[in-house]
Amino acid sequence: METLLALLIGVYLTAAVYLMISKHTIRLILGVALLSNGVNLLIFTAGRLTADVPPIIAYGSVVPAGPVANPLPQALVLTAIVIGFSFFAFLLVLTYRAYRDLGTDDSDHMKLAEPDGVRPPQGY
Amino acid sequence: MSLTFFAFFAPFLAALAAPVLVRRMGAAAGWVLAVVPALLFVHWWGFLPEVAAGERITGGYRWIPSLNVNFSWFIDGLSLTFALLITGIGTLIVIYAGAYLKGYPTQGRFLSFILMFMGAMQGLVLADSFLMLFVFWELTSITSFLLIGFDHKREAARRAALQALVVTGLGGLVLLAGLIVIWNITGVSEMSLLLATGDTLRQSPFYLLALVLVLGGAFTKSAQFPLHFWLPNAMEAPTPVSAYLHSATMVKAGVYLLMRLNPAMGDTAAWATILPLFGGVTLAVGAFLAIRQTDLKLMLAYTTVASLGLLVMLTGVGTEKALAAAALYLVAHSLFKGALFMVAGAIDHEAGTRDLTKLSGLRKAMPVTFTAGLLAALSMAGLTPFYGFIAKEEIYYALSGTWPAHAMLLIVAVLANALMFAVAFAVGLKPFIGAPVETPKHAHDGPVGLLAGPLLLAVTGLAAGIVWPLAHSLFADPAATAIAGQPITIKTGIVPHWNAAFMLSLVTVALGIAFYVGLGRLRAIADRVVTGIGWGPDQGFDQFTRGLLGLSVATTRFSQSGRLETYMTVTFASLAAVLLLPMILGDELPGVPAFPQARFFDWAMVLIAAVGIIAVVWAKNRLTAIVSLGIQGFAVAVIFMLNGAPDLSFTQFMIETLSVVILALVMTRLSLTPSDHRPTGSKVIDLVIALAVGAGFTLLLLKVLERPLDPTLATFFADFSGTVAFGRNIVNVILVDFRGVDTLGEIGVVMIAGLAILALIRIRVSAAGNRREMREAK
Repeated sequence: METLLALLIGVYLTAAVYLMISKHTIRLILGVALLSNGVNLLIFTAGRLTADVPPIIAYGSVVPAGPVANPLPQALVLTAIVIGFSFFAFLLVLTYRAYRDLGTDDSDHMKLAEPDGVRPPQGY
Repeated sequence: MSLTFFAFFAPFLAALAAPVLVRRMGAAAGWVLAVVPALLFVHWWGFLPEVAAGERITGGYRWIPSLNVNFSWFIDGLSLTFALLITGIGTLIVIYAGAYLKGYPTQGRFLSFILMFMGAMQGLVLADSFLMLFVFWELTSITSFLLIGFDHKREAARRAALQALVVTGLGGLVLLAGLIVIWNITGVSEMSLLLATGDTLRQSPFYLLALVLVLGGAFTKSAQFPLHFWLPNAMEAPTPVSAYLHSATMVKAGVYLLMRLNPAMGDTAAWATILPLFGGVTLAVGAFLAIRQTDLKLMLAYTTVASLGLLVMLTGVGTEKALAAAALYLVAHSLFKGALFMVAGAIDHEAGTRDLTKLSGLRKAMPVTFTAGLLAALSMAGLTPFYGFIAKEEIYYALSGTWPAHAMLLIVAVLANALMFAVAFAVGLKPFIGAPVETPKHAHDGPVGLLAGPLLLAVTGLAAGIVWPLAHSLFADPAATAIAGQPITIKTGIVPHWNAAFMLSLVTVALGIAFYVGLGRLRAIADRVVTGIGWGPDQGFDQFTRGLLGLSVATTRFSQSGRLETYMTVTFASLAAVLLLPMILGDELPGVPAFPQARFFDWAMVLIAAVGIIAVVWAKNRLTAIVSLGIQGFAVAVIFMLNGAPDLSFTQFMIETLSVVILALVMTRLSLTPSDHRPTGSKVIDLVIALAVGAGFTLLLLKVLERPLDPTLATFFADFSGTVAFGRNIVNVILVDFRGVDTLGEIGVVMIAGLAILALIRIRVSAAGNRREMREAK
């Protein structure tokens, strides 16, 4: 199963990078969404998989009865999912605003902050 | 000892108090603040009897023991003479500045800077450990920057400040390198110990490297040609600064360093060649350029350059007489030059101009200033019974005594002294005699604050000459002894003896009078020469900064293209290289894994996810892209579910649902198509990079999976979740308990993202306005 997921992660990251290299901000955002899932799976898989046994302690005992899924990557990924979502939402709104205000979704044309051919001041 | 320790910080504490005091009591604050340097002067004066008796006092505290860095001081004839000059003249300068900048809105800040500088300079000369010396050295550069650029609304002042900072700051870094080299050669990091290990240093193969680096620091600070240009430009600073930093104290830091290191580094062929060469050229160039000026301050500034050259030259010559002359001239110069600068400032302040050609006949209007100016000029001209006379006699003694070894230096010294003679009277006499002329302001003597400083310094120059045996025994002898590293007793006094030195003095005076009379013609000649040459290091500095700016623009344009696509491509290509190259080059690729063993529903979910991903990339319209994104997301949620992670699964479902909803909302408003517009060629390149990254991560993960998992952490959390944190869901316990602060940070990120989103939606900038701005930028 880990091998299978390793391949899936490869597909995820390939697609994410391919989308993020694009000039178009909407594709960039789709890429970010895929990247987030790919990386989460990467962390999750690196901690090894244990099918069907969540890391939960049964009533009446203080330690898990048998081997359970590794809880640490789960905790890390849980945090990452939430932060990834915040980031995704922020980027989405940023793109929306940029499109509304600048009238383009092509990152090459977004040159308000760094216009071409501007020389720095020469005096002291 | 603790009082001495406190003395290092007193000026900085006074600097803190200065703005408050000025706000409370106005210009009178100068008198109050002057108490601090005056007390310091008294404190250091207390060491005089011991030091004059030949003692060397060290003290201090361990600062960073692991690095062998101490906060330690070293008081001998040289550092004590400097400390007394710094605090003594500092007292007068603070009083003077109180009167000079009376009513100026930022006077408090000015006094604060001056006191900070005083603290730095005092620390520099008294520091024993190299690092302390370096820290104070750089502090003087920084405070000098603040003071030169004090009138920061004028571009000339900003340029001068920046120039001084660049030149002296760079020099400071070079000096640090030099000190570290010395530290490595000798193994000691304190001046007092270094003086005993001179032979180790001189015989080291790295001696020349250390020397060149140290000279780099000293020559920049003491404005040696061709790095002298920043000093005249520093005259943009208010006159109290010029009088204090750029004549009496800071510019002497380089000379101090050379004198300090003379017992350890001097007496080698390199030392005796480089120093007199640079010093001699600086002396000649400085004196020559001084003649060309009509601005009183600039004339004095160039003679200061010349005097610094003279001091470096004498230190380099290194004979007993030469070092004695250096010690004498050091003291004499600080007294008369500080006084003359303050006189020039007083004229400027009260008459409204300091242009020599516009000043005449001020003696009736400014009698006290005239007295101070004349007394200082007489000392600078080297006439008996002033202290300057003794210094000049000793210089001629030193250079003629070794005849003909230093013949060239002697000729330069006589000519330059004659030129400085002329300049001395041009500043101290010429504005006051002749017929009175109309000046921009109605001229009269300034308040006591403006008169006390120059008068006291000038009178001290006379008094030191009259009681020369005492002055020698207290200052010049101990200082010369410290510079030479062996006892020196100076015998030259104010009574001229008929010998070669006195003959040279007479020649100097005769030439000086001739130069003074022919000053106008001389100025015209000097002006023609300089205009003929056309280029100087000052323009060189401008060219240097322009070049540097051009280089940084070019570098920035190259590395920061401003195109997101480029950044992404470079980032991911580098990522792929970092992932793949070590594995390939180190022959660490994972083995071919066994065919995956998985349940059919695992297969199904992985395939669904893969299909979703590919559909996102290939989608030709919005709806397909959004739906596909949802499919892969939910597939991941199910994968989590099937592998013992219900919490992740639940969160993922929530987040994916929200993402799809928001994405749909935004994308439908944006009439955007997600389809690809790239030309095929760039698609191929992008795909190669993307595949490399994807393959890199897959291979990395497979490699990780080949090794056994270290279960320490997993076991720890499984063991202690129930027993310590009393929770059954281990993932939840980790999040809210073991790593609670992490989760707090996560909540913070979510909150900030939310606020940012709110701001993006709520703040309305007119779209038309932005587009117009973009067009203009194009």
